[in-house]
Amino acid sequence: MSKAIVFKNITKSYGAVQAVKGINLSIEKGEFFGLLGPNGAGKSTLINMLAGIVKPSSGTITAMGHDVEKHYQESRHSLGIVPQELVFDPFFNVLEMMRFQAGYFGKGKENYAWIDEILDKLDLTEKAYTNMRKLSGGMKRRALIAQALAHKPPVIVLDEPTAGVDVELRQRLWSFMKDLNNQGHTIVLTTHYLEEAESLCKRIGMVNKGKLIALDDTKKLIKRNAVKNLNIKINQRDELKIRKILSNFEILIANECLTITLEKIDELNSIIELLKENKIKFNDIQTTEPDLEKVFLELTKK
Amino acid sequence: MINWKIQAKGTWTLLKKELLRFWRVVFQTVAAPVITGILYLLIFSHVLDSRTEVYEGVAYSAFLIPGLIMMSLLQNSFANSSSSLVQSKVMGNIVFILLTPLTYLQFFFAFLIAAIVRGIFVGLSIYLVAILYIDLPIVHPWYVASFALLGGALLGTFGIIAGIWADRFDQMAAFQNFVIMPLSFLSGVFYSIHSLPPVWQKVSQFNPFFYMIDGFRYGFFGVSDISPYISLTIVLVFFILLAGLAIRLLKTGYKLRG
Repeated sequence: MSKAIVFKNITKSYGAVQAVKGINLSIEKGEFFGLLGPNGAGKSTLINMLAGIVKPSSGTITAMGHDVEKHYQESRHSLGIVPQELVFDPFFNVLEMMRFQAGYFGKGKENYAWIDEILDKLDLTEKAYTNMRKLSGGMKRRALIAQALAHKPPVIVLDEPTAGVDVELRQRLWSFMKDLNNQGHTIVLTTHYLEEAESLCKRIGMVNKGKLIALDDTKKLIKRNAVKNLNIKINQRDELKIRKILSNFEILIANECLTITLEKIDELNSIIELLKENKIKFNDIQTTEPDLEKVFLELTKK
Repeated sequence: MINWKIQAKGTWTLLKKELLRFWRVVFQTVAAPVITGILYLLIFSHVLDSRTEVYEGVAYSAFLIPGLIMMSLLQNSFANSSSSLVQSKVMGNIVFILLTPLTYLQFFFAFLIAAIVRGIFVGLSIYLVAILYIDLPIVHPWYVASFALLGGALLGTFGIIAGIWADRFDQMAAFQNFVIMPLSFLSGVFYSIHSLPPVWQKVSQFNPFFYMIDGFRYGFFGVSDISPYISLTIVLVFFILLAGLAIRLLKTGYKLRG
């Protein structure tokens, strides 16, 4: 058993609307996996189905080999899920919430050292006895993450964990997640910060309109869908002329900079030739590497 | 298979959380209903003590106390489970429980026991204040205990069902004002149903609150409008039916899991 999570032929319909359309996806144990997609793509529905909060219309899901419906107790023991919504219980403080959360999973005093470690790693120690209601938005987000980790689950699922979170916490959180990943925890992440997914996740699945539209190693995915940007420093008064000459290309002109999206690297020569032929002067020229954001936009556009 | 120690710890944690939840706002959840109960007692006994005798040899104020205790117990058992659930749903923090391996039965029993504890705590507080100045015997303590437990359980279960059903606070308020309040006020708290016209006596017999209050009162005075065995059986049957429904709703995830 080497799979941490397996989605098999998963569909989910709400009346006539099909939110998830037959997704097959396996996430290996120990992986740092990114699940990307625009709003409403079906990412949270997938996570909610994994968590047992939403029932799939068809198909099966397993977490650490346990069916999330038939053996939900075992599967939920293996999962630590950070929900997307900033929810909290106003009756209790941070430490109480963490101890309750661990207690639901049968963990008691023997787990207190782990809870202290999470509080420390997420910079929450000083807020341990603060009522949840009195925490700022960023602090509430930390507490939400801390709660999901309280029972030390082997699989950690973070649904948009850095939305509205400052840079410092984001870095702190990711370094903690990398540590946990190095210790063998499987991490599944959904995020809108594509550069985060690019730097953290070894493999990425992209979901759009309820379908899995791409699934590959992050580097391969970027390379496979590679589009380079060509940036040329121009004189702004040539703008109209350039637009006419390069009407066959996808271009952007702003702040005396002409940006052209290259489908193939061979296009570079023909563009320079065209500019020379038409006596367009340029002061600087450079190409930039493709990033996940470009790939993401390309794929979701299709 | 998850071992029983883990299961027991899980249930205990949820129960502890539910008990702490009402204890954190003890002025609202215990002190306020105790004051209300005592005020009813003071006003009604002042007005009616010298004029009314429902049971022979029992002062009206003494007659009133068991009814008030039971009414408060029932209302607070209902309020505990229903308000906890509806608040968690509206605020979204119900997800903290839904993500756990707790089974529907663990969920049910933790909410049920917390509701019974709050109901009995409120009832006991009213009793302790009342006996400071009114002489109140307890002829059959086991009946008192049985009806208190079963009444708390029945309304705690009813609260779970209402909490699952309601999506908003106003729906819950409607449930409380249009169902719980009329049923508890028209159940014989302030009178014996024998004092009612025959038609209303019949109508009262369809009210499950009547049996809980009548049977509970029997425990204090050894006198009741109908046999306590019948009351106990009816309350028990109602509890089993409602518990079956609540467990079914929790098992299917009705309004909790999409």
